[in-house]
Amino acid sequence: MEKMSRVTTALGGSVLTGRTMHCHLDAPANAISVCRDAAQVVVAGRSIFKIYAIEEEQFVEKLNLRVGRKPSLNLSCADVVWHQMDENLLATAATNGVVVTWNLGRPSRNKQDQLFTEHKRTVNKVCFHPTEAHVLLSGSQDGFMKCFDLRRKDSVSTFSGQSESVRDVQFSIRDYFTFASTFENGNVQLWDIRRPDRCERMFTAHNGPVFCCDWHPEDRGWLATGGRDKMVKVWDMTTHRAKEMHCVQTIASVARVKWRPECRHHLATCSMMVDHNIYVWDVRRPFVPAAMFEEHRDVTTGIAWRHPHDPSFLLSGSKDSSLCQHLFRDASQPVERANPEGLCYGLFGDLAFAAKESLVAAESGRKPYTGDRRHPIFFKRKLDPAEPFAGLASSALSVFETEPGGGGMRWFVDTAERYALAGRPLAELCDHNAKVARELGRNQPWPSAHCKPQPQCGQGCSPQGLGLFNLKDMAPGLGSETRLDRSKGDARSDTVLLDSSATLITNEDNEETEGSDVPADYLLGDVEGEEDELYLLDPEHAHPEDPECVLPQEAFPLRHEIVDTPPGPEHLQDKADSPHVSGSEADVASLAPVDSSFSLLSVSHALYDSRLPPDFFGVLVRDMLHFYAEQGDVQMAVSVLIVLGERVRKDIDEQTQEHWYTSYIDLLQRFRLWNVSNEVVKLSTSRAVSCLNQASTTLHVNCSHCKRPMSSRGWVCDRCHRCASMCAVCHHVVKGLFVWCQGCSHGGHLQHIMKWLEGSSHCPAGCGHLCEYS
Amino acid sequence: GGRDQDEELGIRIPRPLGQGPSRFIPEKEILQVGSEDAQMHALFADSFAALGRLDNITLVMVFHPQYLESFLKTQHYLLQMDGPLPLHYRHYIGIMAAARHQCSYLVNLHVNDFLHVGGDPKWLNGLENAPQKLQNLGELNKVLAHRPWLITKEHIEGLLKAEEHSWSLAELVHAVVLLTHYHSLASFTFGCGISPEIHCDGGHTFRPPSVSNYCICDITNGNHSVDEMPVNSAENVSVSDSFFEVEALMEKMRQLQECRDEEEASQEEMASRFEIEKRESMFVFSSDDEEVTPARAVSRHFEDTSYGYKDFSRHGMHVPTFRVQDYCWEDHGYSLVNRLYPDVGQLIDEKFHIAYNLTYNTMAMHKDVDTSMLRRAIWNYIHCMFGIRYDDYDYGEINQLLDRSFKVYIKTVVCTPEKVTKRMYDSFWRQFKHSEKVHVNLLLIEARMQAELLYALRAITRYMT
Repeated sequence: MEKMSRVTTALGGSVLTGRTMHCHLDAPANAISVCRDAAQVVVAGRSIFKIYAIEEEQFVEKLNLRVGRKPSLNLSCADVVWHQMDENLLATAATNGVVVTWNLGRPSRNKQDQLFTEHKRTVNKVCFHPTEAHVLLSGSQDGFMKCFDLRRKDSVSTFSGQSESVRDVQFSIRDYFTFASTFENGNVQLWDIRRPDRCERMFTAHNGPVFCCDWHPEDRGWLATGGRDKMVKVWDMTTHRAKEMHCVQTIASVARVKWRPECRHHLATCSMMVDHNIYVWDVRRPFVPAAMFEEHRDVTTGIAWRHPHDPSFLLSGSKDSSLCQHLFRDASQPVERANPEGLCYGLFGDLAFAAKESLVAAESGRKPYTGDRRHPIFFKRKLDPAEPFAGLASSALSVFETEPGGGGMRWFVDTAERYALAGRPLAELCDHNAKVARELGRNQPWPSAHCKPQPQCGQGCSPQGLGLFNLKDMAPGLGSETRLDRSKGDARSDTVLLDSSATLITNEDNEETEGSDVPADYLLGDVEGEEDELYLLDPEHAHPEDPECVLPQEAFPLRHEIVDTPPGPEHLQDKADSPHVSGSEADVASLAPVDSSFSLLSVSHALYDSRLPPDFFGVLVRDMLHFYAEQGDVQMAVSVLIVLGERVRKDIDEQTQEHWYTSYIDLLQRFRLWNVSNEVVKLSTSRAVSCLNQASTTLHVNCSHCKRPMSSRGWVCDRCHRCASMCAVCHHVVKGLFVWCQGCSHGGHLQHIMKWLEGSSHCPAGCGHLCEYS
Repeated sequence: GGRDQDEELGIRIPRPLGQGPSRFIPEKEILQVGSEDAQMHALFADSFAALGRLDNITLVMVFHPQYLESFLKTQHYLLQMDGPLPLHYRHYIGIMAAARHQCSYLVNLHVNDFLHVGGDPKWLNGLENAPQKLQNLGELNKVLAHRPWLITKEHIEGLLKAEEHSWSLAELVHAVVLLTHYHSLASFTFGCGISPEIHCDGGHTFRPPSVSNYCICDITNGNHSVDEMPVNSAENVSVSDSFFEVEALMEKMRQLQECRDEEEASQEEMASRFEIEKRESMFVFSSDDEEVTPARAVSRHFEDTSYGYKDFSRHGMHVPTFRVQDYCWEDHGYSLVNRLYPDVGQLIDEKFHIAYNLTYNTMAMHKDVDTSMLRRAIWNYIHCMFGIRYDDYDYGEINQLLDRSFKVYIKTVVCTPEKVTKRMYDSFWRQFKHSEKVHVNLLLIEARMQAELLYALRAITRYMT
């Protein structure tokens, strides 16, 4: 078994051997610390305080320091530290605020040495000076840090953080006089041990408590901090202002952080809640841990590298009452399981593809792309400095663009802007939209005013001329997540097709998706809806088993007939005479909403009237909309849906409608067609969609003078007591729509400025600027 | 005029009952709407925008605008912003929680809100008419309100694994936060004697003003304001007496501050002090402890009225000790809540902080007093009643700083708020200002909420590991 592998390291004389192993403790551990000989470890907790010898095959209990008849709170340890100069010296921090030192050299059973009861609250952390034998530092919940000289009975100096609890204190390894302390309010302070009156430097490192910090063993200026905000940050403290060098985002609050010996960029972390694993991160690669230890069944409370110059042994104690030795080579490496490829579509059909460099190099040999155009417009590679880990981190990014002038997405924007969706009778809407569609050379399913919309369009749509795009890839922000989640390892046979008129993807993954072994979060919650769109309608690819997608051939003649027939005035006349369709469509709809489409039909296809069930055409329309949607043309589906409203809505299930709406709105927003998108939201009847308008309706305004946010009212600043937006024309405060020139930043009431500009093009404020408004 | 006309038309015009937002605090002591400063005005505006009303709780809490802001923000988020539970569920859970303490004030408010967001009126006929999923929550509600230390991971498991009636973890955390919020708010409502809103039962009368001075609200609220007429009952007690009370308290605080380092209690002594305080807190009850029959309108929302705090305290039930150093809000609770119900951990955390650290450095007529010791004693006393122990606290201080009538008040507000009387409110800290008494209430409700949350969250954590 791999776990049994043994590691032997020679470290200038001393030799470390061992294997991954664990031992059961009697009680949960709160902290551990290693003796400098790397052969013993001390475990401390509320009701445990023991020293274990680390042998080759197992941990052996060597000494129980919890002696005495009655358990005392002095022995309830929050932290423990072993002196790195003196093998006999230990210190513990008790939950009741006492700092205790222990001398293993004492002949009696009780090794307790000194008791410092100066802190008023729990002591969270104790720390020995790395080179000085008698100096001990403590940090407590009461907000004070105290420095003790073990030769004296009281503290030598007290440092007041002037804020909430101290969570960690650490002496700098290289800088003799310096120590860092971290606080519950997110601050980190740097102190000179000789100057207790004030700290040398203070900065806010995290949002919420900073639970831990660790100085880099080699780089004298680097300090790693971990906080409740789930981040590990690495700070360069050598510069004038602490500079954030790296930031690792973990999945839970960070309880401990420890730099890995001999590996400049590695650090180990464990969490205080929820997550039981220990991670080793390469700070340059903050998204995937380099290694992960999964042995513990409850949160890990203490971690320590066994030897200051050996990167392969990690010790840990946990709330699950166990002590573990982890071997680095036995760690699981999430990096190996991560899928290092990413694929993303641009708005205009451009395609970006990022992959591990080795993979790209290997694949360039064969011919993966069948399309006739595949021009990587740029190709980027980034190489890390030579380190074993770096090989994994280098990747190549290729970007392919669609043929200029071929297709493009102009039609989408034009159509979206020109389609009329509401506000006029149905007949006019249809006419208008039909005209738009014809002019733009789009498919034309829109019915003429006087004839039945459904039949011709249901069958009339041929895929030709359609710009197809894969909705899945259009969804915003999917790129990176998809890459990480799609860890199917093997499936690297993606074929990328770049059609001449548009972009078409056939992706093996997509077909797998159809299969259903999709992880639930594959599409970030959009799964059920999105699946329809996952496979593209390459005609052969269209799932033939789905009867709704098979289009009757005989439809074509009908289509021509209707498309070519211009809506003549005499027909309109007919319509007016018809009792069913007299007056505005809206009236009809409100009078007989269920029958209205049928009544429309009866005008030109009276013959069918008697034979066909009333909902016959509803089915056809539904099929048509489905067809369009599956081709990727949600624009058509949604537009028709809105215009026909009640007439078809009942035939299409809510989920699907909602999905079409969200897809279309998403597209519109990516094209920045905010107005159209808002109109669609407004007109939708789906509850989930129309509430999109209700979300985040707050408008945040900053004061134009002091640049601070104006919290209470939008027009007067609390801080500088000035009105932020004065109208340059009437000199009153603008409380509603404010318009201003981007050149001179003067402006005012929309109406006033418009009026002003009629008479003059100079700025009304008199600044002499020739204002421009678009 | 118009009024006569309305009466001719047979329209009955409601008239407010009671004497302002609180029955304990004279109306003239409470800020009048219209005379607030800019900050308070902004708060009122926010409150009105969020709730569509300016309720009496807000009018009393505005004594402490800094807290009120955080309170309103949290409540708004819990009830109206993104969250795992549907809106009507949220209000219904609020009703369930408030009904545990027979707090008709909150129940009435949330019945209105519940119907307003489209809740099914049938549910209001009792918990058994609500969906099974909500019924399952009843047990947790009960235990959480009265004996939170009994919550185990089995309770959690029962809710999370109930087939089609299962709660998701996120929903459960949302529900737990709502339950604890409304349990505590019920404490505040009774602790400050909040009057019913005018549009709710007991908040108005249709009688012409002259007929009687009889106060309906005292009956329907299940809340006796014993002394009706002597608003200034405090002044019956000799002024000098209560003056010395404050002086004595100040003196004790000074002494404790000074001799803290000298006299070192042994470990056993410290441990037993906690146990003594915990045990004694069981028996701290007001003498005029009479049975209150819950008003009919409210009782339908909860089964098992018998299950209350009192039952076991009389039998002296053993409360196990919960060590805050092993599971505390800052390190553990926060992370769990924020993980399952994003942003709420942050909001509650801020609220706890503000409540715990709030001070104006005043005590009655004294200025520039460091009250942190007193505030910590109150906070820790409440946690002590719930069996929550701070290793680094000397529980002897509690006895020094909190006198019996104060303990009675605290105990009643936190454990059986429905029994708070005006006499209790008046008889503690007689020289202190009303704003200071409201301040005490803020400490009480936040400490109670945190205690309940700690137990519930610990159970959830245990379930998850």
